[in-house]
Amino acid sequence: MSDLRSEMDAAGLDPGAVALREVETDADAESERFVGSPTIRIAGRDIQPPAEEATGLTCRVYRLRDGRISALPDPADVREALEREIGGKA
Amino acid sequence: MSDDSEFSIGDQAPPLELSDTEGSTHALPGPGEAPATIVIWTCNHCPYALAWHDRLIDVANEYGGRGVRTLKVNSNDAERYPADSPEAMRERHRAEAWPVPYLHDAEQDVARAWGARTTPDVFLLDSELRLAYRGAPDADHQRPELEAGYLRAALDAVLSGEEPARAETEPVGCSIKWRP
Repeated sequence: MSDLRSEMDAAGLDPGAVALREVETDADAESERFVGSPTIRIAGRDIQPPAEEATGLTCRVYRLRDGRISALPDPADVREALEREIGGKA
Repeated sequence: MSDDSEFSIGDQAPPLELSDTEGSTHALPGPGEAPATIVIWTCNHCPYALAWHDRLIDVANEYGGRGVRTLKVNSNDAERYPADSPEAMRERHRAEAWPVPYLHDAEQDVARAWGARTTPDVFLLDSELRLAYRGAPDADHQRPELEAGYLRAALDAVLSGEEPARAETEPVGCSIKWRP
């Protein structure tokens, strides 16, 4: 969360505008198309749209840009997604 | 980190007898049979477990030549998490040619007895099966260059007949997926 807020701050966005949502049941995960934690959506769009991952209350597997497996997205991917959103509104 | 009822540093390890992905049963070595034993809770789908896996296999390979035994255990609820089913475990174990057994704790009794909490959660036993180290492999799942340094340092101490300087760290990873 602190990484995301830092990226938002750097992009000139309000870091306080992050809405944190807890997905508590398998049914909620399915209806929300939630494929694991953390999932970051900007204006409803996943920063790394999942391909065919099953929904569920689990941890999400990310790949960093150098190929390493990570529990968190690559900061560059977060930055790019924020820039896309800003660019789309400009 | 632990309450009074939990398996703690210096305590004798609870029993462990589980089947691997090929149907063979594995247990802890008897006292004095191995200079150290590593028991690692892991699974197929957790990013922390996946990120640390190669580092832990490297440790198993390198210290295996010195008689250290390594067991990897999956206790996740396979019904709700099909990626951790026995079939998926066997497929992965074969595809990646693990040099260590991958044990299935279907009833989750062993995880409860050991107080395992996350994947990964690393337990190092000395030759008398007393807990010498418990926690994370190293400080950061995103940094392969750390080479499971916490575990290696503890192993080196145990193999030298000493107590690890850092006997406990906070296990870091996904929570074990308990059955409802």
